[in-house]
Formats: sequence, structure tokens, C-alpha cells
Amino acid sequence: MSIRDNAWQMSEALHNKEISAVELANDHFDQISKVDKDVHAFLYLDKEGALAQAKEVDKKRAAGEKLSPLAGVPLALKDVMTQRDIPTTCGSKILENWRPPYDSTVVTKLKDAGVVILGKTNMDEFAMGSSTENSAFGPTHNPWDLSRIPGGSGGGSAASLAAFEAPLAIGTDTGGSIRQPAAVTGTVGVKPTYGGVSRYGLVAFSSSLDQAGPCARTVLDTALLHQVIAGYDPKDSTSINQAVPDVVAAAKKLDVKGMKIGIVKQLSGDGYQKGVSNKFNDAIAELVKLGAEIVEVSCPNFEYALAAYYLIAPSECSSNLARFDSIRFGLRVGDDGIKSAEEVMNLTRQAGFGREVKRRIILGTYALSSGYYDAYYGSAQKVRTLIKQDFDNAFTKCDVLVSPTAPTTAFKIGEKSEDPLAMYLNDIATIPVNMAGIGGMSLPCGLAEEDNLPVGFQIMAPAMKDDRMYLVGGALEAALLSKWGKPILDFAPILAGSK
Amino acid sequence: MSLDFDQAIAKYEPTLGLEVHVELNTKSKMFCGCATEFGAEPNTQTCPVCLGLPGSLPVVNKRAIESTILIGLALNCSIAPFSRFARKNYFYPDMPKNFQTSQYDEPICVNGYLDVDVETDSGNQTFRVEIERVHMEEDTGKSLHVGGSTGRIHGAEYSLLDYNRAGIPLVEIVTKIVPNTGKYAPEVARAYVASLRDILRGLKVSDVKMEQGSLRCDVNLSLSPTGSGKLGTRSETKNVNSLRSVERAVTGEIIRQSNRLETGERIVQETRHFLEESGQTRPGRSKEKAEDYRYFPEPDLVPVVPDAKWIEELRKQLPEKPADRRKRLQLAWSVPDKEMAAMVNAELLDTVEATVLLGSDPTKARSWWLGEVSRIANDRAVSPTELISVKDVAQIIELISSGELTDKLARQVVEGVIAGEGSPSEVITKRGLKVVSDDSQLMSAIESAIAAAPETAERVRGGNIPAAGALIGAVMKSTGGQADAAKVRELLLKHLGQ
Repeated sequence: MSIRDNAWQMSEALHNKEISAVELANDHFDQISKVDKDVHAFLYLDKEGALAQAKEVDKKRAAGEKLSPLAGVPLALKDVMTQRDIPTTCGSKILENWRPPYDSTVVTKLKDAGVVILGKTNMDEFAMGSSTENSAFGPTHNPWDLSRIPGGSGGGSAASLAAFEAPLAIGTDTGGSIRQPAAVTGTVGVKPTYGGVSRYGLVAFSSSLDQAGPCARTVLDTALLHQVIAGYDPKDSTSINQAVPDVVAAAKKLDVKGMKIGIVKQLSGDGYQKGVSNKFNDAIAELVKLGAEIVEVSCPNFEYALAAYYLIAPSECSSNLARFDSIRFGLRVGDDGIKSAEEVMNLTRQAGFGREVKRRIILGTYALSSGYYDAYYGSAQKVRTLIKQDFDNAFTKCDVLVSPTAPTTAFKIGEKSEDPLAMYLNDIATIPVNMAGIGGMSLPCGLAEEDNLPVGFQIMAPAMKDDRMYLVGGALEAALLSKWGKPILDFAPILAGSK
Repeated sequence: MSLDFDQAIAKYEPTLGLEVHVELNTKSKMFCGCATEFGAEPNTQTCPVCLGLPGSLPVVNKRAIESTILIGLALNCSIAPFSRFARKNYFYPDMPKNFQTSQYDEPICVNGYLDVDVETDSGNQTFRVEIERVHMEEDTGKSLHVGGSTGRIHGAEYSLLDYNRAGIPLVEIVTKIVPNTGKYAPEVARAYVASLRDILRGLKVSDVKMEQGSLRCDVNLSLSPTGSGKLGTRSETKNVNSLRSVERAVTGEIIRQSNRLETGERIVQETRHFLEESGQTRPGRSKEKAEDYRYFPEPDLVPVVPDAKWIEELRKQLPEKPADRRKRLQLAWSVPDKEMAAMVNAELLDTVEATVLLGSDPTKARSWWLGEVSRIANDRAVSPTELISVKDVAQIIELISSGELTDKLARQVVEGVIAGEGSPSEVITKRGLKVVSDDSQLMSAIESAIAAAPETAERVRGGNIPAAGALIGAVMKSTGGQADAAKVRELLLKHLGQ
């Protein structure tokens, strides 16, 4: 048993009592203590809680109780999900030391399944960013090259997987925050259909786009985690009251013969790094070998997706983040008994929010202002409808759509942090999925020849057909594994101090 | 020189608009399961949702939607097949999320009306008040500003916040402008709020207690020079907490605005606060710089799409309209207009009806509740029903009808019940209030009376029957009013050979 194993292998080892959950948790804490000073994937470790949960699982297993497949398997939780009494900062100073009095639904489900939550992972502040450089607590480093970004906003979750600090992680994806970090770290990440996983306890950035999802090192592991966290939740009005598609069976099927796979014309070509395009095309060739049929589809309105996204997401965030006012929780600045409540609110928000968050609050406030609403928010909603129509049309011609996940491999820390527009372009291929509320997966499809860094392959499926992503992803992953002879993360440099 | 009300009305035509906020009496809040009890210990009825904690999400209370649809139907509104919640964004410490979840351009009920009757110089006249919209929203928390002179946040030393009220379902009922009320504007405003309150009470969707704030009224008023046909700038008076205040606020604003216009001053579009003591208003915040609430559809909630069948079921549940009910009862009980109005104004219609349903004569039921019981209630500044139960009053009336109590004795029984001495029969026993109809007991009293006034007795014997009155009175007096007067008369006349 090694921490480099996959989650399903750990699950089997636990089941066969080759290792205890406590030992497995300790092995991961051990790895974290060795590598996280360099990677900085974690913002908080809950050793006590994790070991208590592991002990409980071991006890139940010893007593012969029937356990969920992931019982005892460790997990890293993005710091945007509330966990009772555990600090939840969203990567922001304004929430530093805030301990929520309640569990998010995702956390409740994880706890019920016996999953061992190791701690909270780093992220761009309030999930706004594509590099994790916007965290108020310092950037996370990509385990493939510590001078590079691990993607964002869920860079901490993705890096923890690539650094073998955890075999499973939870991310959230508003415009690509699960998929783009997966792509640049050589891991797997899924944004489920909007409404597929409860948002209760996910600190909102943009309510109509946010979606929590599973992250892991293999498609099957991701599916196992998906199964645990998905499902209808009466606490989330936007959650879908339908059976969760059988994603685990789909991940195991490894058969795409006769499936129609659509390549989106607008998500390739100019702006995509050569190595990214090459690896993407190699993966398409593998799918053809497996018997899939490739068609090219056009989604003309995707051109406006990024612009519309940067109106809708900031608009919603300007309202969602209004509650951070120092009155009931979180940071409070300038409360000297003389200043008014309004002044204290102002000072707190000035000191508590970072630049990118402020930029988006200002953008959104402006876009919703009377006189501008129709031109900005209103038009953006129309674009959203058109993007949905593009997807609907495309899915009449094929079962899934595919594209590279991100236009480039991991860039250097600091390279784009002064250029917000260049940063926003990272999400050009992932944003349409959020705008339409459908599902998207990223899995590694090779290393770009220019820089030997991982490239992500995106699979998009219609709403509540998440199993299709796992079907195609599982088959492609198996084909690539046999082609490479070893998992992609085995090509990554071994981190100093690592096991 | 300043204008009084009559002079103001001679020169200017008022235009009314009324916004009424009603707290629904649902057991749980609008978007979470917290209790809604009035007067609970501060911040004990809260949870992550109504405190707006990060990550929490709202879920609509179906009961609140049902109540709102019922209100819409009772006000003759159309129920929108598709409506949405919207966020109204502004910062205030007692608003947990710094936005209020409300409805904006897609309210649930639209285009209704309510007819109200007002007594005019030419008799009863019906005014139609058109309803623009009925929408749902959540209430805010409550701030208590301590240490300042005004009780407002500015100048306060510190403020206390109670979020128990945050998230309580509110329904806002907005009228269209109400034109052509002339000098009856104050009465129309009052009659509208009163009728609305009756309807809401009949629907059992709210406690409608103005003094507790479960029904709050904002009065919008503008003036235009008579005959000009041009709408003036309006003021919005808040904090109008009783029917009387609604009437006074309209009168006060008509006088204030007309006097400003007379001296060539502008009416400022602003929020004003009603002052109970003086009946005047003082300026609140100016709305000249229109606040931008940045409304947008609430993304955490799905649209409200009520099933047509459900709406029809709710329509069937609508109780009889208060106006229809009043007409029906007035006819059945043969009550004159004036007394009917008195009963309605005293809010005793339900009580009298309940008493009648227990078998009491309508006239007696009305006179006991509005007379003796109300008199005591007024003295103690409580409501009559808090003093004595419908059942007890019905029993007392029954005892009078059967001759076991006289009116005078009955008053003592009422007094005893109110004093907590027990049920009417217990009071009668304890105080010994039973009518004396025992022949021998009465006879000895009659004989004493005759002995005390032999000349009067002679006159009766001689055929002067009316003279018996004085003797009967003496018997009644000597028995402390407990004698059955009819019986006394019968025995006395017989005894005197008549």
C-alpha cells in the first residue's frame, strides 16, 4: 500500500484490512508534512478530526458493519465548503478564523460515507482566479514545477492530488475552477451538471454558475467520489430532484464503440499552445482507435461566452459578497467605538478583500446599476440562452463534446498576475459548460512537447448525462495508460522529502 | 395665513397611494425553518440561513406562497403563472445578507381591486381602490439604537441587533394611485386599510396587529391644483400604526403640502415619519437621489410557477367576503346601520356571531358585548374578549331569558366572572344572586311593603292598578333586586284582590 495508489486501491486495501484508516491518514499527514512547505496546497489541517473519523471507520469495519466504498479514504476539501467548527476562509482575509457552525451538504455526505477529511485546501480568494495566486494566504505551487501555478481557483485541491497528499479532493467550478487545475496538474476533475451536487454550504461566488465536484487521480476514483456527494438536496432549491446517473458503472465500462464524439470548432486553433493541440489530437486518435466516431460541430455563440461570463459572475458576486460586512462574523476593522457602522463596514471590506475580488465587485455593481442593467446583465443572460442552444444543437449530432481543457500548460507564477484579461482567457474553453449548466470533465491526455507539462482533455455531456463523461473518460484513460506504460503522474519529478 | 383642511381641499385635489406590509402568520420563516413567534428572546429564532451565513441557501416556504395567492385572490388579482424572486441590494446592519429577497418586475399577484364604503354627505358611497400588485418578501432584523436622542442610528452610542424578525414572510400590497377622493381621502385611506385588515383576518393568513407591526402602512400622497389634471410630487409617510393614524396622516399631509404649495415651495420627494402625538410628519431620508437597489433575479431560488389547479383549489377555500358577511348578518339580525357600524368598529362582530351561534338572541348578545362588557374593557384598556368568554356571556343571556337572572343581577354575575370568581353559575351561588321566586319569601316581603304603605295598598284595592308600581318597587328594593318582578306583581295584585 502506497500513498501513490489510487483511491479505489486504498478502498480495497482498507476493505481487506491490509491497512487501517488511521494508518492511511497518518501516511498522508506524513507526506503533507514533508512536501506541503513547498507545495502549499493546504490552508488548514484537521489532524484531530481526521484521525477521529478514521478511528471510527476502523472500529465499524472491525465490527463487521457495511461501509461505503470510500470509508477511510482521505480527502482534501476546498476551503470554500463549510465544515462545522473548522476554519473556512475562502482564501480571504475577511473570513480568516471564521469557523462555520454548520456542515455543507457535501461535507455531511462525506462524513456519512466515512471519508476522512484531512484539511482545507488553498484557492483563489472566493474562487476568483485561474492560478491560486489570488489567495490571501500565498500561492500554491504546481508539483510538476514549483515555479509554476497549479491552476485555479482550486489549485490547492489539484496540487494535493498531484503531490500525493490526498487521493481525493473536492473542488468547485464556476468557470473552470475544477477542470483547469486538473488539466495543469495532470489530474482528473469533474464539474457535474448544475444542480447535481448540492450547493448548500458552498460559499457562493456566482450562484447560478457555482458547482461543487469531485477531483482525483483517476476517472474511476472521481466517479466513486461523485457518487458519494451527488444527489438531490431539499436545502438547495436549484438542486435537481432526479436519480444520480450511474457514473461508477460508466467509468468501469471502457467501451466507446459507436459513440459520437463532437469536436467543438470554436474551442481549438488560434490561442491554443501547440503542444496542447497536439496532445488533444493524439487523444482523438486514440478514441478513433477505440471505435468512436468523430464529428466536428460548430457552436458560434461560444465566442461571446467569456464576455457574458464576466458580466454575470461579477454581478452575482457583487451581491453574494455584500454579507461580508463585519457585523455578524469574520474580520472587523476600525471598530473604535467612535466610527459609525458604515465606516467600519467600509474599512473592513477595504482591508479584507483582495484586488481581484474588489475588481469583480466593482464590475458587477456597475453592471447591475439602473440604466446599465439591460445592456450588461440583460444581454449577458441572452448570450447564456444562445450558448445553451448551441449545446442543444450540438448534442443532436453527438453524445459528448470534447476540447482541450485549457489553452496552455501551467504558466509561471507571476507571469499573468498583472494582466487580468490574459488570466481570464485561461477559462475560454471551460466557461461555456458553466453558462449552460451542463457537466464537464478534464483528464490528462499527455505532456506537451515544448515543456513536458500535462495537458488536459475536456469532455462535455448534456445535463444529467454525467455518466457519458465517465464512459468516454474511463475508456480514454485506459487507452492512454497502456500507451504510456505508467500513470502520467509518474512522469512528474519526485518532490524533495517525498516518499 | 395658513390653510386648514377644508381650505386645502377647496384648492387642491389629493391623490392617494397605499403600500401595506403584512407579516404572514406562518409557523416558520420565508426561507428557513426558524420559528416566527412574536416577542421571543432576541436572536433565539435564527439559523445559518436567516443570519445570512456564508454558504447558506434559501428554500421557499410553500405556505407563504399559498397565503399570498389567497390574498391575491381575495383582492380580485390575477395570479401570475410565472413569477420570480429578486434581490434588492442595499447595506444595513439589520439586513443579514445586505440584500432583501423580494419580488421586483415579476410579482405573484397583479391587477386587483378592493371596494370600500365611505359615509359621505350624500350617503354611503363606494370607492374602488385598484391594486397594482401583491408580492412576497422577507422582513429584516430589528435594530435598537441606544444612547442617541432620536432613537435613530445617527448619534446613537451603540446599536443592538435582533435577527428573530429577519426572514419572516412579508406580503406587500401596493395600490395604484387612488384619484378623485376629494375631501374623503382620509376616510377612503382608513376604510381601505380597515377592509384589507378584515379580509386578511378572514383569510387567517396574518395576525394583522398594527400595534405589533404585523400590519404596517405607508401612505403616499400628492396634491395637484384642482382641475389641473397634473399629478404632484408625492411624499411617502411611514410608521403609520393604527387606522386612526392612517386617517390623520392623510389629513396632516394634505394640510402640510398645501401650505408649502401656497407659499411657493416645492414638495420634496421623500420618506416621512408619522408622529403619533401631533399627527404630523417629519422628514426622513430624501429620495431625490434615487437609491439604486440593483435588482436582479434571485439565482438561489427557482421561479414560482403555481399550478392552475392549485389556484382553483385555493379559490374555493376563500371565505365569504367581509362586506358580504356583514350584509348577511345585518339582515339576519335586523340591526340598524349605525349599530352595525358600531359593532364592526369595536371589532366585536366575530364575538357577537359566536355568541349567537351558542343560542343567544342577537340583540341581547350585541347589547351585552357592546354595553356592559365593553364598558369594563374600556376602563381597563383591554379587549372585551380578554375579560370574559363567549360561552360565559351566552350562558348569562340564557339565564336572563329563563328568568333566573334579572338584568341587574346579570351585571353582577358579569362582574364576578371578570373578577375571576368562576363560571356564571359559580358566581351566582357564591354571591347568592339567584332570583327570588319562592312564594313564601316573596309574600313576606309583599306584606312588609303593604304594611309600610297602607294608603297605596288601599288605592290598589280600589282598582288603581298603576299604583301597584310603587309597592313592587319597594319589594324589589327590600330583596336587593333579586326578586322576580313579574312574580311579585302577580302575587301582590292577587293579594290585594285584583
